[in-house]
Amino acid sequence: MHPFLGLIRHDLRLAGRQGGDIGLVLGFFVLAVILFPFGIGPEPELLRRVAAGIIWVAALLAAVLSLDRLFAADYADGGLDLIALSAMPLELAVLAKGAAHWLTTGLPLVVVSPVLALFVDLDPAALPSLVLGLLLGTPAMSLIGAIAAALSLGARRPGVLLTLLVLPLYLPPLIFGTAAVEASLSAEGARAHLLLLAALTLAALPLAPLAAAAALRQALD
Amino acid sequence: MLSTLANPARFMRISGVALPWLGSASAVVLALGLVWSLVLAPPDYQQGESVRIMFIHVPAAWMALSVYLFVAIASAVALVWRHPLAEIAAQAAAPIGAAFTLICLATGSLWGRPMWGAWWVWDARLTSVLVLFFLYLGYIALVNAFDDASRGGRAGSLLALVGIVNLPIIKFSVDWWNTLHQPASVLRLGGPTIDASMLVPLFVMAVGFALLFAWLLLLRMRTALNERKARALRLYGVPDREQPIPAARPAWR
Repeated sequence: MHPFLGLIRHDLRLAGRQGGDIGLVLGFFVLAVILFPFGIGPEPELLRRVAAGIIWVAALLAAVLSLDRLFAADYADGGLDLIALSAMPLELAVLAKGAAHWLTTGLPLVVVSPVLALFVDLDPAALPSLVLGLLLGTPAMSLIGAIAAALSLGARRPGVLLTLLVLPLYLPPLIFGTAAVEASLSAEGARAHLLLLAALTLAALPLAPLAAAAALRQALD
Repeated sequence: MLSTLANPARFMRISGVALPWLGSASAVVLALGLVWSLVLAPPDYQQGESVRIMFIHVPAAWMALSVYLFVAIASAVALVWRHPLAEIAAQAAAPIGAAFTLICLATGSLWGRPMWGAWWVWDARLTSVLVLFFLYLGYIALVNAFDDASRGGRAGSLLALVGIVNLPIIKFSVDWWNTLHQPASVLRLGGPTIDASMLVPLFVMAVGFALLFAWLLLLRMRTALNERKARALRLYGVPDREQPIPAARPAWR
């Protein structure tokens, strides 16, 4: 098996055996969305108006929550040194790590989002653009998050630092994601915003592993 | 030029000479610009006297962007050539840039209240400048987050390069999106749309801000270099001057 696929399988297997991480992220996502109707009141018109924003913000925070374990465990037990020393380019290893992170956090969020859309009374006509937007946008969030996770390896308080680093960089997917839902309900259509989301992910696909691998090399020096 | 200044000792010598000149020049130009823009320049026909906020706001915004560009270029130089002063320069410039960004946001808010009727509007220009402020804060936090200072410096340099994607977004946000913030009126094709009676004091203020930045930058870089020197001396066992020198003990026993 190619080491790229091997690394993904290794990470997936770890996530599957530990189990807790996927559950934690999903639980946080669901709870965060459910808290909003309590906070802003149960009126359906109000909820429908802010539904897409609630789901996107909750998904973003859930993704941030899981970022610190992207490289931290491998960094702590020395596995990251072995990965860096292997014949596979470190950029490819970062891509594998990011892919595994997306499969264990981003994809479950996408799958659960239609159910949560019911809780916040999202217009059914907007559902496809919400799910498609999350599907296109969450890979970019995993990839950009990998840069921040690599930069903050070994820092004194990585959690707070990671959040501060990553939130400004997460604004573009958030803006285009919620705009896509908004636009799908008007004559404009969600197409342009979804294309921009796809562009973000496609740009992050080659660039983010470059930056994250450079950051990992600094951390392992 | 760069390689001449790469030697920290030579940098200390040259910057020591330049420092008082830069400081007094920025004080004189800023005093001139403040009197000119806050007293002598005519009030705007629409905005009235509140247009005077712009003489602070616009140069601060220019500096906020330029200083980030400076931090990013210095970071690139530090990463590529391991230039000893580039990293110090980037780290010294970042808090100054964050301060300019904060001044820009605060004055814009003060101007927006009477003009737009709101302290804050979530339009593309304002949002992207707020993101710039958080990028500065993230850079400063990352640089100081490690026990090993050189690791923090290199991680910060990488972050500065990643954050540079925000600069074109800020610059062109008023063209790409339909914003409440007015489009570019000074640096545009077809010349500025501002009358000379306001444009000249605006440029005087901009020059004053740039001189202030240069002065603060050199001051902070010299402080950082002196701190490093003091730390190195302490590591080598040279005692602080305040502490009594311990009794001599032969090292060979």
